[in-house]
Amino acid sequence: MNVPDGLFYTKEHEWIRIEDNLGTIGITDYAQDALGDVTFVELPKIGDSIRQFEAFASVESVKAVSDVYAPVSGKIIKINEGLLKSPELINQSPYGEGWMVVIEIADEKEKKDLMSASEYRKYLEGIE
Amino acid sequence: MSYVPHTKEEVEEMLKVIGVSSIEELFKDIGPALRPKSFNLPEGKSEFEVKEHLERLSLKNNTSVINFVGGGFYDHYIPSVVDALASRSEFYTSYTPYQPECSQGILQAMYEYQTAICTLTDMDVSNASLYDGGTALCEAVMMSLRITERNKIIIDGGINPIYKNMLFSYTTNLPIDLIKISPHIGQTKRDEIYRHLDEKTAAVILQNPNFFGTIDDHSDIVERAHSLGALVIESVYPISLGLIKTPGSMDVDIVTGEGQSLGIPLSFGGPYLGFLACKREFLRKMPGRIVGETVDKEGKRGFVLTLQTREQHIRRQKATSNICTNSALCALRAVIFLSILGKNGLTELSKLNYEKSEFTKDLLKNTPGVKVINSPTFNEFTVFLKRNANEVVNNMIDKGIAAGLPLGRFYKGMENYLLIAVTEKRKKEEILRFSEVLNDAINL
Amino acid sequence: MRLIFEKGIRGRFGIKIPRSDVPAKEMPERYKRAKWPSLPEISELDVVRHFTRLSQLNFSIDTNFYPLGSCTMKYNPKFTEQIERFSGFSSLHPLFSCVSEGTVQGALEVIYETERLLCEITGMDEFTTQPLAGAHGELTGLLLVAAFHKYERNKKKYVIVPDSSHGTNPASVSTCGYETVVIPTDKHGCMDLKIYKERLNEDTAAVMLTCPNTLGIFNPDIKEVCDLAHSVGAFMYYDGANLNAIMGRCRPGDIGFDIVHLNPHKTFSTPHGGGGPGAGPVGVKGEISNFLPIPRIIKIEDVFTLEHDRPNSIGYISPFFGNFSVILKTYAYIMFLGKEGLISVSEHAVLNANYLRARLKDYYDLPYDKICMHECVFSASRQAKNGIRALDIAKYLIDKGFHPPTIYFPTIVKEALMIEPTETESKETLDDFISAMIEIAKLAEENPETLKDAPLTTPVKRLDEVKAAREPKLRWEG
Repeated sequence: MNVPDGLFYTKEHEWIRIEDNLGTIGITDYAQDALGDVTFVELPKIGDSIRQFEAFASVESVKAVSDVYAPVSGKIIKINEGLLKSPELINQSPYGEGWMVVIEIADEKEKKDLMSASEYRKYLEGIE
Repeated sequence: MSYVPHTKEEVEEMLKVIGVSSIEELFKDIGPALRPKSFNLPEGKSEFEVKEHLERLSLKNNTSVINFVGGGFYDHYIPSVVDALASRSEFYTSYTPYQPECSQGILQAMYEYQTAICTLTDMDVSNASLYDGGTALCEAVMMSLRITERNKIIIDGGINPIYKNMLFSYTTNLPIDLIKISPHIGQTKRDEIYRHLDEKTAAVILQNPNFFGTIDDHSDIVERAHSLGALVIESVYPISLGLIKTPGSMDVDIVTGEGQSLGIPLSFGGPYLGFLACKREFLRKMPGRIVGETVDKEGKRGFVLTLQTREQHIRRQKATSNICTNSALCALRAVIFLSILGKNGLTELSKLNYEKSEFTKDLLKNTPGVKVINSPTFNEFTVFLKRNANEVVNNMIDKGIAAGLPLGRFYKGMENYLLIAVTEKRKKEEILRFSEVLNDAINL
Repeated sequence: MRLIFEKGIRGRFGIKIPRSDVPAKEMPERYKRAKWPSLPEISELDVVRHFTRLSQLNFSIDTNFYPLGSCTMKYNPKFTEQIERFSGFSSLHPLFSCVSEGTVQGALEVIYETERLLCEITGMDEFTTQPLAGAHGELTGLLLVAAFHKYERNKKKYVIVPDSSHGTNPASVSTCGYETVVIPTDKHGCMDLKIYKERLNEDTAAVMLTCPNTLGIFNPDIKEVCDLAHSVGAFMYYDGANLNAIMGRCRPGDIGFDIVHLNPHKTFSTPHGGGGPGAGPVGVKGEISNFLPIPRIIKIEDVFTLEHDRPNSIGYISPFFGNFSVILKTYAYIMFLGKEGLISVSEHAVLNANYLRARLKDYYDLPYDKICMHECVFSASRQAKNGIRALDIAKYLIDKGFHPPTIYFPTIVKEALMIEPTETESKETLDDFISAMIEIAKLAEENPETLKDAPLTTPVKRLDEVKAAREPKLRWEG
């Protein structure tokens, strides 16, 4: 499973890249593999507020649907419209072109509730 | 009597393989404290005896009367091919097509059904059917709540009271604001709807023709609702759509209705056919099963159940609804019916219904003690009688005519009103006799 | 095969509508339909050929063995189809019951008697036939629970279900305004009693179970589960999907269940119809019967009448009395089988399932290796080591002429294969199926690649379900 360094991770298999007060969020390689071919993505609207660990989007495949939970709280400032036309980007490039939203982070301190790349790798080993 | 094929020898062989000495041992987890307190059922009978008993019971129902009763469920002629084809056991003993490669028959038929419903109603997409027109309406309401994220519903006065009752029962534990416009026979009272229509409204529910038979053009209400971000749900009568303006052309968002008139017998209440169609943008919010087109790995066209992630067996708690079954066999009957009638046949059938009903109305306009209330109508209309409608109807039953539905049963204060339906099955002589007997029942 | 919309030509007629014997009249222009619907224009013979050929593209009980776990695909009697067509039933307008009860006495008697029989089979006090499907029955049962608690002013929030439950259970719970609490299954295949005791409390409205459960296992502690629920004022709800295993041996009403829903299209062999219609009659015990949907059918001397005046009723769940002809077939089936026939059904259903279990356990993993009831759940995890999944096994079975068992349910078993043979299958059929399954197990070991391409003998090969979901095409566009 691909787990890039430099990102933070959640137990529900989301990742977040933090640059200053902005965060880019997506789902991990493990998540896209478990789901199978993604058929549809439901994204929030620009301006929506999301709260840490609450569902803010969903990803559907033929056999399952998964809620996507916010790693930290914030306000949506960008959504990846490309996913609406090409949901398979999440499978092909979960950390790159398959990004889902960019948020303005509300509370820096929430970062402490997230896992580092090595912690997430260990967590995945525990699940397998 | 039984369908169990096992011989004594086979049972013994099988028990040996399993490693037990009796069938009783297989039930050891059901301890003596769990055994039944009683199981007093009659002895089994032969096919012949059961059929005889039920035939006797069937004859205790009066189906020889000339039928002018409608109320959302109609006495239409069912072409013989519908029964012949739908009773092929490859269709009716098959299961839900979760394994598409060996279920292309029913899947393609459902795809054709979806297409037929869309073209009939002028809507973009349809599902593969729901239980009946009432649950379809309830599901449409749930859809509108999910789509708009609002919780106010306006129910027009012309909605079938049976469906209104179902909606109340269905939503009683949910935080929904149900505004009920009081019933009235004529066209929708716009000012009453607009009084309540605002930015908190999820949907306005309309019916065309309405329960009392009145036809309307709801385009103006739809425009107004859309300007406030609300949806419009229209409950319709399929045979009427061979002739009257379609909900799609009025820009309605979700269409529902009862498909019984499309080749499904009256059968004392069921099974029936609920259809639901909507605009393409709402397709992922549609409940129930949906059949989609795709290709196999050799590029050949095929059909599958699709968008199943909305359904209960995958989403569980977050499912769009808890619906598992559709009314597949009834939907099959409907698509056969619409295919055998075809474009030309449905148009003619509709016209015939309308003309027979108009002929009846004209006769009754000249009958003393009868006042025809509404126009325009399709094949059903409401009259006001000089006498209690229930008494009149019971008098006429004895003379071999079911004159219509007395509305006092549903609406207090409407005891003198009668709802009369005239389908293509009513011959001119029957209609003439109807007006004579009605005249006698009121005036003698 | 071409769609019916791709056949026919302009101007062709199917059936001829009778000529009008009344004056012609035009609908006012402003209410008239602008464009005629694009329905087919095709002859009667071509319609018949089209749908007859379609029917030949389908597996069905009448053509193939259908060991679908949880579905009870037993033989559908033919005589009940004839009874459905008696015109005294099929032509009967439901609103005649509003017009004059004297015109519908036969139909009311059918419903009344079926209710009585179902009460006796399940040990309940009253039944309603209004729910139109199993899931609809669940919803009705939960509406009854909610209405009761509301009336008693009990503050309830949760409904408990085991993690092996059918998907409709939690969905019905949400529709009723409650939240679901899920209890895991223990290593014996039953709901974990310890965790159940921890999670059960005064806020629990009801506990929804099926017994035997979806693993085909009968919980020997079921009475304790019921007693515990009652001690906190929660209702015990029985999902009747698996009733085929226990008829005559055990009645949910006797062991402590308060509400029951049944699936006539499973246990009582009414046809599945390619996905419906079914029915979901609901039975109740005790005071909760005050909340049953209206109208109720009562018998006064020899006359059947409808009672609408029940102030605590939850109202109308369906337009009339439910799916009448499904109830009619249920009645006929029960009369035909009688007491000894129903007992025999459960005995042989359980016998057949255990026979399959015993013969296949050396080839497929059996997560719960014990006597099962009418169905058993295998796991294809042994085959998965060679890259063969439950899906591949299912598709290969189609080529051997069998409808596959249920796959990937219950979700708590990896690569689940849930097999329910039912009692109407002969030993020869079971042996043929077993041979096919053994062949597959061997191929999975020696030559797994051959299993990946199946099915090869069907009208279409494996279909692209991803494409169907990504690019939904739900109708013919012309």
